[in-house]
Amino acid sequence: MLTRENVVLHVADVHKNFGGLHALSDIDLQVEEGKTHAIIGPNGAGKSTLLNVIIGRLPPSSGAVVFDGIVLTGKKPHEINQLGVARVFQTPEIFADLSILQNVMTPAFARRDGAFKINMFRAVDNEKEIRQEAEAMLEDVGLIDRREGHAGALSRGDKRRLELAMCLIQKPRLLLLDEPTAGMSRHDTNTTIELLKKIKARGMTKVIIEHDMHVVFSLADRVTVLAQGRIIAAGSPDEVRGNPVVQEAYLGGAHL
Amino acid sequence: MAGFMSRRDLTLFVGFAAIVLLLPILAAPFGAAYPDLLQRFMIFGIFALGFNILFGLTGYLSFGHAAFFGVGSYAAMWSFKLLSLNALPAIIFAVAIAGVFALVIGYVSLRRSGIYFSILTLAFAQMCYSLAYSVLTPITNGETGLRMASSDPRVLDRLFFDAPAGVPVPSLFGMSLSGWNGFYFSAVFLLATFLLAMRITNSPFGMMLKGIKSNQNRMNYTGFNTRPYTLTAFVISGMLAGLAGALLVVTDPLAGAERMQWTASGEVVLMTILGGVGTLVGPVIGAWLIKYFENIFSSFNDNVLSSFFSFLPDGAREVAVTIAGKFVGEGWHLSLGLLFVLIVVFLPGGIMEGARRIGARFGRPRNGSRVGRQRELSPTAAE
Repeated sequence: MLTRENVVLHVADVHKNFGGLHALSDIDLQVEEGKTHAIIGPNGAGKSTLLNVIIGRLPPSSGAVVFDGIVLTGKKPHEINQLGVARVFQTPEIFADLSILQNVMTPAFARRDGAFKINMFRAVDNEKEIRQEAEAMLEDVGLIDRREGHAGALSRGDKRRLELAMCLIQKPRLLLLDEPTAGMSRHDTNTTIELLKKIKARGMTKVIIEHDMHVVFSLADRVTVLAQGRIIAAGSPDEVRGNPVVQEAYLGGAHL
Repeated sequence: MAGFMSRRDLTLFVGFAAIVLLLPILAAPFGAAYPDLLQRFMIFGIFALGFNILFGLTGYLSFGHAAFFGVGSYAAMWSFKLLSLNALPAIIFAVAIAGVFALVIGYVSLRRSGIYFSILTLAFAQMCYSLAYSVLTPITNGETGLRMASSDPRVLDRLFFDAPAGVPVPSLFGMSLSGWNGFYFSAVFLLATFLLAMRITNSPFGMMLKGIKSNQNRMNYTGFNTRPYTLTAFVISGMLAGLAGALLVVTDPLAGAERMQWTASGEVVLMTILGGVGTLVGPVIGAWLIKYFENIFSSFNDNVLSSFFSFLPDGAREVAVTIAGKFVGEGWHLSLGLLFVLIVVFLPGGIMEGARRIGARFGRPRNGSRVGRQRELSPTAAE
């Protein structure tokens, strides 16, 4: 496949085997700058494995993941983040023991100070800029009123929004979302979709792993369909929706 | 000073300093107002504060911090023997050497977390103990312990004056460090350590350490290289343990291997948990409490108890004395153990949590009521 213009993320010919099991075969996909790229597929299709390969949690058996001209394969999670890739997990990963405001300030420090800095002679209270930035972010996700509260006490939907705020404050070039609405009520799902649409307006590139077709078709510019570790279809949401192969593999023939 | 410390921090520090400096008066009603014991309060306060920077902030439970304490003691002693009887070079030397040990031990141990980290630090500490006890006898004088002699070289001192006759004792630029001087000397270091611990806790660096304790995975995916953070915390706390060890040699000029034993490592864990893990004042209170038990409870005998229970009739008094006698004197560990069990079961946050609960019951309600408030702004509404 030829490399298109302004491709930010290129998953190049990735294979991943677990023993004899081919979890991923011949995966080649390109994500363009500013676009929302959804990866869908039935359970066990290899979606989460693919995301873990992209983020460096799992090394691919062969092939490479290239972000903005830099090979991510073999890099540590913090190095990948410092390059501008942030990740939202399937189960929200937040700092449950810290306050909601501190949860959002921490990633802002990572962006400003890098992966390691002995910054022990300033008081957090005097970091006005970071604090204001974090408060603006919490305003955006609707958690500002509870900034002093314990993050661990939030509901699952609110934890997800907090985690999203933690990623967004870093202004990443690429945001990876692993089933951002899994386990959410319809109401929370809709507010999350609205929030993601708002980010989209800011021109951030996103890769979404998703189960919920409602979410996919509300947000995605491009859709890649995985089944049994292979790409079986790719294209715009409408193309994919009408593709008989997808309907066969995904829903056993039912219409999407 | 503006921007250096918030008003709340300043109040806390001034309050803490006042209590520490007035201890000779405040401790009198408890029978603890003698310099030797109060100096131990200072020294083990430093040890516990330093330990808490690692355990309280990062959550890494070291079971080998006595090694750094012991290394500090030996290093200070060698400075007294080889360089000078002045306490300052001894302390600098001890802190530096303890820092080197902490760097090496921390570098290896921090490759693992949880129980494996604890076991690794324990193993290193036991190795240090056995080095001190037997293998390195020429340096540590083994079982007997290392002490000063009038024949020591003391190069720096002899440049300026002849060796004084009699047993050499540490001093500070000629000022004696025995008695109350020694207490105030150590108190200055405790206050400096407290200030450092407070700075770290309230700094961005401290917030990163708390983040590591809370969710190390998230820290990594947030772009932090967590290993150097934990290693820095480990080295700082090791150096403070070395400082405490050096200060102990200043008052009690004998460096022995038993200070490195695992029971000594366990003791600082107890101090921190008893007072309140992750709090600023808690570890110091825990240290004071344990040293108080060790020195005061252990000195109670049946006569003291008899006079304590003198209001009881004869028969009952003997029963009371017999029962209570098991918990004092030789049995002081029993009382301490009982206290520890009660605290961990009923106040898992230590004495500081108890203080907070009492404060919450009697004091005015805090501004924390925001936590429970309903979400008012949904992202759609905010748009």
